Amino acid sequence: MTYVRTIEHADIVHRCFRCGYCKFPSDYVDFNCPSYKAFGWDTYSPGGRMWLIRAWLNDEIKSSPHFAEILYSCVACDNCKTQCVFPKFKDFIPDIFQEAKAELVNEGRIPPEVRDYFKAIAVNGNPYKLPQSERGKWAEGTGLQPYVNQEYLFYAGCVGSYDEVGQKMARSVGKLLVDAGVSVGILGSEEACDGSEVKILGEMGLFTKLAQENIEQFKGKGVKKIITLDPHALNAFKKDYPKLGGKFKVFHYTEILAGLIKNKKIILSAYPMKITYHDPCYLGRHNQIYGPPREILKAIPGVEFLEMHRNSLNAFCCGGGGGNFFTDILGTGEDSAGRVRIREAMETGARIIAVACPTCAKMLSDAVKAEGLEDKLEILGIAEIMERARTK
Amino acid sequence: MRDILKALVEIVGERGVSNTPEELWFYSRDPGVLTPHLPDYVVAPRTTEEVQKIVLLANREKIPVVPMGNGMSLTGLVIPLKGGIVLDMKRMNKILEVNAMARYAVVEGGTSQGVLKAYLQEHHPQLRHSIPDAPPTTTIAANAALHGQGRLTQQYGFNSEMVTGLEVVLPTGEICLIGSPSLGPYWFSRGPTMPDLSALFLGWLGTTGIITKIGMRLYPNKKIRDVELFVTDRVDLIPHILYKLTHLEILEDVNVWFQPKPLVFKGNYHITLYFTGDTEEEITFKRRMIWDTLQEYMDSKDGGFMSVQYMKDMLMEMPQRGIADFADVPKGGGFEYSGPITIIEHFPQYAAKVVELAAKYDVLYASSARLISGGHCMMFSISFAFNRNDPAMMTRVKHALDEATAFALEMGGIPWKPNFMEQKMTMEKMDPNALKLLQMIKKNLDPQGIMNPGNWEVNP
Repeated sequence: MTYVRTIEHADIVHRCFRCGYCKFPSDYVDFNCPSYKAFGWDTYSPGGRMWLIRAWLNDEIKSSPHFAEILYSCVACDNCKTQCVFPKFKDFIPDIFQEAKAELVNEGRIPPEVRDYFKAIAVNGNPYKLPQSERGKWAEGTGLQPYVNQEYLFYAGCVGSYDEVGQKMARSVGKLLVDAGVSVGILGSEEACDGSEVKILGEMGLFTKLAQENIEQFKGKGVKKIITLDPHALNAFKKDYPKLGGKFKVFHYTEILAGLIKNKKIILSAYPMKITYHDPCYLGRHNQIYGPPREILKAIPGVEFLEMHRNSLNAFCCGGGGGNFFTDILGTGEDSAGRVRIREAMETGARIIAVACPTCAKMLSDAVKAEGLEDKLEILGIAEIMERARTK
Repeated sequence: MRDILKALVEIVGERGVSNTPEELWFYSRDPGVLTPHLPDYVVAPRTTEEVQKIVLLANREKIPVVPMGNGMSLTGLVIPLKGGIVLDMKRMNKILEVNAMARYAVVEGGTSQGVLKAYLQEHHPQLRHSIPDAPPTTTIAANAALHGQGRLTQQYGFNSEMVTGLEVVLPTGEICLIGSPSLGPYWFSRGPTMPDLSALFLGWLGTTGIITKIGMRLYPNKKIRDVELFVTDRVDLIPHILYKLTHLEILEDVNVWFQPKPLVFKGNYHITLYFTGDTEEEITFKRRMIWDTLQEYMDSKDGGFMSVQYMKDMLMEMPQRGIADFADVPKGGGFEYSGPITIIEHFPQYAAKVVELAAKYDVLYASSARLISGGHCMMFSISFAFNRNDPAMMTRVKHALDEATAFALEMGGIPWKPNFMEQKMTMEKMDPNALKLLQMIKKNLDPQGIMNPGNWEVNP
């Protein structure tokens, strides 16, 4: 059967010159595209993907597991969009990759790991296949109350709710918000997956369903303002939900915590430590939130804040975006993004990598182990570091 | 075939070789207008020894080997015209040494221009290399191997003239050190005072061996860099202006460009003049010298200096990111250029030819000439943009470029990084004994004819 493929931005795909600026950060110090860095073939670079998608749309190459791996190894970090030298179409490059994945979903030619992810979300409501009733357990002991018309909803997301590393981050944020007297509640076992990774992996039907159900629930409970733990959720709530009628004021937790420090609602004591900060792609490049996490770290007395060479707009991804956190298509080899990033952090002399995303926290924690640096480097959420500064 | 794949996997590991349709499709083409041709394998070595083993295997099995950097020559030099192995060198990307006092760097054969630039900026800010305006992914070795140019070419010659030593895997598999590294640990001279063997590999477009390490001269990186833009509508004056400017011996780089779009540039010839200094006094002095030299053209109202403020950031970029943007002018993702090397007094004829060809073939042009070695010659780029979704336009661009090359040869110029057809045109015009010498060298170095076959082939 001949399958006629089409994607929304098909009329742009041929305009890529494959010049390769998209592989680099702005100073060209090293390759900044995680999948190209890990696999080393030009086909795994943004330009390579653009050219292959065009060939695939023109039926010059077929759908195949290898083609799917090339598409699904993209971490959606937006470095290509940032560095591309073609202003008239650069903004659509990540959309094209996402649309091609959606077309693969329509064809049913997706990698097994992606299929399993969709299945877990559809059946269990989370990628960990854990009961919905356990979703709010992370909040025990934090003082967080169920959401009932408070000013803010604190949304933990799947990683914050079920993953051990994510749970620690969520608990720290929750405690700080409660202690600072913020009017905030959680959905607990009523919280559902935000669908961000479902969308980036190309299952548009499932994403729309999840988003619509969330919007309905948020509206039903009178939610106006949302604080997210996970920048991926922040991105979905800010950019995708409004298109489906869900308009909320959305904040990342670091924005709220930075404000609380500024307004002296949180007082920090000395914590002498060398700390570097890893920008999450969905907080930084996707949403241009670079300042608040740094303001918090710099506000802690005794902290020596050290930037990695690639930071802010040029930060190198942890490798967990684009659903790779769950599908692991990028792999864990020496050139995998997380391990490269850990080596870069080590060059700063820092003892802690501060993170602002549970996905980054988990990816980098695993990478520290893979590099055998557990005794030299610690991965901590911004709120976890703040907690240390409050108890010392 | 299966045995060859197995042998390649044994050499470079499973992640270093591919024969999947996706990689074969991608590595069968470059961004220019030439017809693609599928390789049989794509191989990405990490060490010189792996390159050697691949070449020995290729020799034994008589498999073509096409070394590739970033594949941005645009003239199909990495298209495997006879199949075989495309050797993607970009995983050999280490900076091995910078000798700051002797001002040279030694890098592996797949190291990119961008990575060396960033490394020098961070570790040796007093030094720079002659970075081309090609994208930063392009490799240093490939640029030298095709006699590329860069930001310091006006002062110091072709980038290939800046080579200070080579490590090459010969087509028969020997690893050969060229120049001072063949005698000792220092990479300061590619040949002199011995016979210059580097010439056996530079300009040969990968047909005589694979460069696995390359030494390149570095130059002082002055604290201040500035630019002036002189504009005239009299093309006949350009050679004289360039002659006068190069007499100053103070200019870092000189480019002359003209293009019909955007309209603000139409009808004028723009001379971009870069100069450097360590103090404001030095910069002011050099600016004064430039202005004084061109005063007569301002007095006669034949030209003047144009304010660069609104485009200064773009002009000062190294490499200039905006150059690639030409590919999107017809909303189509492509451009290709013929860049003959010629004498500066022929500028007016070449300029007329560009406009004539663009009109004849109904394509969009942009042209930029870069001075080489203080004006001894220039690279005159005749660039035509095309829409990759418009095969007819691509054919017109190809015909326009063929005609541009024929014109350059008629004018006594030399095609730069010629495609295989342009190489044939060049060899047909070449002195017969020079051609015989070329053939003799090629045959002796590559008896099986495995290196980038179809290129510099006297009897294909």
